[in-house]
Amino acid sequence: MPRTRLYSLDDLDDIPGTKVFRARESRQAYHLHKFCMSLMKEENRKAFKADERGYLDRYDMTDEQKEAVLERNLTKLIELGGNMYFLVKIASTDGWSAQKAVSSMSGMSAEEYAQMMLAGGRSPEGLRSIRDKN
Amino acid sequence: MARISGGIATSHVPAIGAAFDLGKTEEPYWKPIFEGYEYVKEWIKDNTPDVVILIYNDHASSLMLDIVPTFALGFAEKFESADEGWGRRPVPVVENHLDLAAHVAEQLVIDEFDLTLINEMDVDHGCTVPLSLVFGDVEKWPCKVIPLAVNVTQFPTPSGERCWKLGEAIRNAVKTFPEDLNVQVWGTGGMSHQLQGTRAGLINEEFDKRFLELLAHEPEELKYITRLEYLREAGTEGIEMIMWLIMRAALGYGVEEKHRFYRVPASNTAVGHVVYEAKS
Repeated sequence: MPRTRLYSLDDLDDIPGTKVFRARESRQAYHLHKFCMSLMKEENRKAFKADERGYLDRYDMTDEQKEAVLERNLTKLIELGGNMYFLVKIASTDGWSAQKAVSSMSGMSAEEYAQMMLAGGRSPEGLRSIRDKN
Repeated sequence: MARISGGIATSHVPAIGAAFDLGKTEEPYWKPIFEGYEYVKEWIKDNTPDVVILIYNDHASSLMLDIVPTFALGFAEKFESADEGWGRRPVPVVENHLDLAAHVAEQLVIDEFDLTLINEMDVDHGCTVPLSLVFGDVEKWPCKVIPLAVNVTQFPTPSGERCWKLGEAIRNAVKTFPEDLNVQVWGTGGMSHQLQGTRAGLINEEFDKRFLELLAHEPEELKYITRLEYLREAGTEGIEMIMWLIMRAALGYGVEEKHRFYRVPASNTAVGHVVYEAKS
């Protein structure tokens, strides 16, 4: 079986506006993600909402990660290794829809983003490759 | 002998599950999506399998934090619906078929798939939303379900080619199970969507529709789409479509396509759904 269509993992950095979640990020965000998964229990959601800072201090996260959680800065949390499937549990705890959470990273307002989705979503045209500008 | 009689593929968007649970299926936003599932809800009445092997991905509900298995087979007697941050979905418990699950698990390892077995886990929307879409609001799921989770979150995920081979191996495993069982394989997830970064909201209708066409008629063409191509063309979460290839390969060469549905958007995602009957 020919293996001609394999690619370098570095190519994953060539997609505009995208950070691909890999082993290093998974480790970098381990404690952040542990916090996120703790929100899968009602009593933990209540404890977090009652004292966000105090609750975060139970976890061995970096200060930068804690600040980004307090700010609900999902863009920053992705930069700090986070993956959306974990992070969305913060949004759910806040009663945000997944669409509102995702829109907060898109550079658009939640309303503009919702309209874009209703109109068929964001075209991949020009957003496939930084190198090839297509 | 057991046989694979058919397959279903569907997106498993969590917001669809929420709309279902909150009784919003008649609202203008959701109605056209649920209408796309009217066919399968009728079809399944005449084609209820004994067991569904349900290919899905866990969304950091039971896996992905401490353990990141590439292919993981659910091996508990039953699986509760996970609390993903807003309470458990009010759906029936998913019950396993342990004899078939054990047989498949053993045969897959013999067939060189280094499978992980999960003796305890909850199942999230990836597993329960497809069950709700197909079976509707029921007291008890009308068949057993063997959940098989694929890592599509942490890169590198398995390749499309590897998923295809897994589907073939599942087919061979089921065919050698001595009990007379009617088995379906369901592939879930997709279609194009991206949930992060400034490229969030990406939808590629052309890519999705070509995928649906080839899946029915020339599925082996799809084996060679690389992970990088899925990311570029269908978004970081669009790579979930590799799970549809497991279903398709498990059905064998020829299928009769009974139904095809595509709609944008459901929340952030392009919804795709097909129903196939196996010919051999």
